[in-house]
Amino acid sequence: MNLQDTPQDNPMTAEGYTTPDGRKIGGVLMEMRNITLRFGGVKAITDISFDIREGEIRAIIGPNGAGKSSMLNVISGFYVPQEGEVWFRGRKRPPMKPYQVARQGIARTFQNIALFEGMSVLDNIMTGRLTLMKSGILQQAMWWGRAEREETEHREKVEKIIDFLEIQHIRKTPVGRLPYGLKKRVELARALAAEPRLLLLDEPMAGMNVEEKEDMSRFILDVNDEFGTTIALIEHDMGVVMDLSDRVVVMDYGKKIGDGTPDEVRNNQAVIDAYLGVAHD
Amino acid sequence: MPDTFFYALEVSLNGLMAGVMYSLVALGFVLIFKASGIFNYAQGVLALFAALTLVGLQNGQVPFAHLINAVFGTSIHGFGWQLPGIIAILLTALVMVGLAILIERYILKHLVNQEPIILFMATIGLAYFLEGLGDVMWGADIKKLDVGLPQGISDAIESTTYEWFGYGFFIDRLDMVAAVVAALLVASLTLFSQYTKYGRALRAVADDHQAALSVGISLRFIWVLVWSIAGFVALVAGIMWGSKSGVQFSLSLIALKALPVLMLGGFTSIPGAIVGGLIIGMGEKLFEFFIGPLVGGATENWFAYVLALLFLVFRPQGLFGEKIIERV
Repeated sequence: MNLQDTPQDNPMTAEGYTTPDGRKIGGVLMEMRNITLRFGGVKAITDISFDIREGEIRAIIGPNGAGKSSMLNVISGFYVPQEGEVWFRGRKRPPMKPYQVARQGIARTFQNIALFEGMSVLDNIMTGRLTLMKSGILQQAMWWGRAEREETEHREKVEKIIDFLEIQHIRKTPVGRLPYGLKKRVELARALAAEPRLLLLDEPMAGMNVEEKEDMSRFILDVNDEFGTTIALIEHDMGVVMDLSDRVVVMDYGKKIGDGTPDEVRNNQAVIDAYLGVAHD
Repeated sequence: MPDTFFYALEVSLNGLMAGVMYSLVALGFVLIFKASGIFNYAQGVLALFAALTLVGLQNGQVPFAHLINAVFGTSIHGFGWQLPGIIAILLTALVMVGLAILIERYILKHLVNQEPIILFMATIGLAYFLEGLGDVMWGADIKKLDVGLPQGISDAIESTTYEWFGYGFFIDRLDMVAAVVAALLVASLTLFSQYTKYGRALRAVADDHQAALSVGISLRFIWVLVWSIAGFVALVAGIMWGSKSGVQFSLSLIALKALPVLMLGGFTSIPGAIVGGLIIGMGEKLFEFFIGPLVGGATENWFAYVLALLFLVFRPQGLFGEKIIERV
């Protein structure tokens, strides 16, 4: 990785840092530089820069309409920013389609859940591994050699994820019949199945009750711990985020108003104002 | 009296066989509709185009021969070869894949996120374009298609059934081949869509575009894939219909018979396309047999459409289709 790409004003060292609970955080995995996104004349994101480090749980928070989801959509390629650069694994990323971004090792979930409702839980999670399957179309059509072996291998990996997220009992159930909380978990499973370098979670706890939120928090921490997956998540429930994340970006009206550890952010006056609703002039 | 019974049985068997032919065309419609929500008006013409290309390649016809001769004053007609059926079929399958790539590149790509009605209109345009292209490329005359499939009444069945029941069944051998081919086609399509990565990707795209993108599926590749498969199904339908009644323009009109089949079976169900075809095929033959004489015959022309109309009123999603509930 090219260390010169790290901005000078970054308070963290280029090599990474150690969290209070003793986890090692690595170098910069993804960096957003001066991102501006407009829809017609409306600015959804204005000149935002931040980075995501290897092994970190990075949160983007902010009140409704702050542009958090837009930012996630920029990272995952669903939106293309008018200005700014996206750097991933030390390289500047050219404009890409969402499926190309996914193939680079960035998996995501959606705020409103985008699962394949008519397919079983198992099949849904298997689609997460599509990018990792190597056999060609003819081999697949004829079910030649590699295709079959590959299918078995990937099935094993998927079963592990199913065990890990404790959804064995619904493996064969069509997703459309599942309750909301479980759908969220299946979506997480599908994203995990891709063995992503970077996992993006769009409001993983939205619409959940307290118990489901605790479960989801535990899974997110376990995923990060067990697989070392880098996670960037959006949430507007402050309490949950502060417990989960290593560093937090705070957005309001499309601008970055804070960036740092949960404690730093909590004591930032601009952040307090945004959340308590101080009038913008 | 048993003779009437056997005759009715024979009629319904023949109806089932004819129904398989309808099913083959309906299958192509369902594949594209399921994957992309496009009602592909060109499916029938696709079958005609495939059959024309097959005959042309097999007989070593030079494509655009008339046009070339008219412009350059030459008089070329053929390469002078005769390809074995199987080679010609494989080559035609490749042509259909090429066609799918062109359709994606020059039509679908530009119509992403458009209303279904726009895409439907585009397929109407495509249908007329392909019809004309087929004419210019291979000539408009009626052609005989023979890829070595058995033809005519099966003597074996006739004599065996005569021995057993005292009544000889007339079953066309080509119809039997068509039934076997259709069964194989459906079985392999089902296996492909259930157990391979591309099949899974296909179902994923049919279910949710956004989610499909997020797991790394290229929609453009899937369109090419699904149109290639539809082209292949059209080729199979073209071979069967072409062997039966010659390759001619009216082949593209069998698509109209596939419409009631779809209404019956449902637009989104592969088994529905098969069962719908069988019901229509058998229904129209039996109706003609029992009711036809009472109303002056020729009921086969309208029976299927009336049946479809009844379905539209009482069960609009068809026998196997997904119930469409619009949330407001």
